[in-house]
Amino acid sequence: MNIHEYQAKQIFAQYGVPTPRGIVANTPEEAVKAAHELGGNIWVVKAQIHAGGRGLGGGVKLAKSIEEVEQLAREILGMTLVTHQTGPEGKLVQKVYIEEGADIQDELYLGVVLDRAKEMPVIMASTEGGMEIEKVAEESPDKIVKVAVDPAIGFQPFHGRELVFGLGITDKNEQKKFMQFASKLYNVYMDKDAEMIEINPLIKTGAGDFLALDGKMGFDDSALYRHPEIEEMRDISEEDPDEREAAQYGLSYIALDGEIGCMVNGAGLAMGTMDTINYMGGTPANFLDVGGKANAETVAKGFEIILKNPKVKAIFVNIFGGIVRCDRIANGILEATKMVDVHVPVVVRLDGTNAEEAAEILANANIPNVIPATDLADGAKKAVEAAKGAK
Amino acid sequence: MSILVNKEKKVIVQGFTGSEGTFHAEQCLAYGTNIVGGVTPNKGGQEHLGKPVFNTVQEAVDATGATVSMVFVPPAFVADAVMEAAEAGIELAVIITEGAPVKDMQMAKAHAVKHGMKTIGPNCPGIITAEECKIGIMPGNIFKKGNVGLISKSGTLTYEGANQVVKEGYGITTAVGIGGDPIIGLSYKQLLPMFEEDPETEAIVMIGEIGGDLEIQAAKFIKENITKPVVAFIAGQTAPKGKRMGHAGAIVSGSAGTAKEKMDALEAAGVKVVVSPADIGKAVKEVLSK
Repeated sequence: MNIHEYQAKQIFAQYGVPTPRGIVANTPEEAVKAAHELGGNIWVVKAQIHAGGRGLGGGVKLAKSIEEVEQLAREILGMTLVTHQTGPEGKLVQKVYIEEGADIQDELYLGVVLDRAKEMPVIMASTEGGMEIEKVAEESPDKIVKVAVDPAIGFQPFHGRELVFGLGITDKNEQKKFMQFASKLYNVYMDKDAEMIEINPLIKTGAGDFLALDGKMGFDDSALYRHPEIEEMRDISEEDPDEREAAQYGLSYIALDGEIGCMVNGAGLAMGTMDTINYMGGTPANFLDVGGKANAETVAKGFEIILKNPKVKAIFVNIFGGIVRCDRIANGILEATKMVDVHVPVVVRLDGTNAEEAAEILANANIPNVIPATDLADGAKKAVEAAKGAK
Repeated sequence: MSILVNKEKKVIVQGFTGSEGTFHAEQCLAYGTNIVGGVTPNKGGQEHLGKPVFNTVQEAVDATGATVSMVFVPPAFVADAVMEAAEAGIELAVIITEGAPVKDMQMAKAHAVKHGMKTIGPNCPGIITAEECKIGIMPGNIFKKGNVGLISKSGTLTYEGANQVVKEGYGITTAVGIGGDPIIGLSYKQLLPMFEEDPETEAIVMIGEIGGDLEIQAAKFIKENITKPVVAFIAGQTAPKGKRMGHAGAIVSGSAGTAKEKMDALEAAGVKVVVSPADIGKAVKEVLSK
């Protein structure tokens, strides 16, 4: 789960990670009020969406008067912001964050993620703030300092020294401030079960202070049960409604842009099914894992979600029956076709325990748009042909 | 022969009396697994599925001499259960539980390593030595005995792969579902040398997916250390970037962890890489008839 910049900064503030002062606004009027409250004579109006690249897309603007704050808030609120991370359809801006202007001397990068190879969190820092870190990693990997922290000992002063010397921070006072900054950010990461934190840019002000000018946080979904305060920050308008609906029924769904709907048990086989369709010359319309208990209800829900996509020309149901026997699944699929009006050809491949009985059940049912398949290759081939025939 | 588990291994079940633990322990017993008891706090002294229940893993180990634990404890408590097993002298914990917090698993795995306990999973189907010992949730009937070792991040792809191998007239020595979470126990790099040393295993199937770099590490290892033929499939060639594909660890971050880079690395290491999982069986036949 991801949260907005203003929410990440609220969490930072709780942990003493320094940020510029700011107030979130839902309307231009609220934006004006926020600017008055913050005071000063320069403000930044920032679109709040769950995607990077907001500045380049025109979602972050500087205002030098209250009138300008109002005008920019009016422009940005309600705009569809397109960035390299939103996809071409963009994202609707529903909130802006009004922040006091900052005196930027240097732009740095600081992030915390899980290092899967080392199996512990790694703090990443770079002098190349403002640039996408993946780009820095590709073009000048030597400019990224990585310090892994073993949770058994936590963040120690030597971790901090590795960071500041790696970044070339020589002023002793600045070194101390940066080390404290990183240490507090590590605490945020651990305490909140974050999956990643990214501050890009982290700025050094003229006075030698470090401030989180941006803030991005993602959380481990499996740990949300113990963080109701994070769950409360969920913005469902940022989530794909179909993915969300599917999740409520225990299905894992991701829309793609092809023509063949896929319904599979198991995430690995679901990906493998998409890959096989592609290999056979077709295009998968989605990833859909119905989980371990493929029954009439879950299959019917799966059909419903897949068929919402008008591009779908055929559906490939690929189930490997293990402990749940194929004959039962076959009956479930037949029942599901009665519950949902399935108007495209459905290729069904059931393999595993009691596969033969299942094939018989499907053959005897004699439903015109249900096409039985014998194995994965046969099923993918028939689904690709069915999609082509339906054009 | 086989790797890690066989019909002699004494197995306990943590989370024995819960619905999942009960259902699958029963299936494992029917398969022939030597389950000697289980652990459920506050149910010590009872009998379940004809086996003794203990309050703690230490009591279970002391009373039964078990060396392997199959873990069905719910996600919020699974790290605790794994660490308890490690301290009680369990040698291998097979963690079936899905949805364990990543932070908890970091801690649990580090503790397991410290105590010399191997782990498999979490969020995995478990391990099976064909026709001898099943510690997990896989349909045992698919795994006919044979000469192919299997390592997979995905449950259903394990079944798919094993089924194809059997349909081609071969069979399985041991199949290990290592799980698709960001932090897992034994991985390709630790399991490949076990299959290399196992005299009955003549070929190895490895099934990977997008995310992380375990398959890349495996490729390097295979190039230098593995003489037996390896067939590989990497799921997620058509997966979009930045989307988590069902498994918590199956995500392409930036440009890292793509199926293509893994397939290229494996191919360069001399592995027979198939583009579709539908070709796993045929590829095994090809490498074994050379």
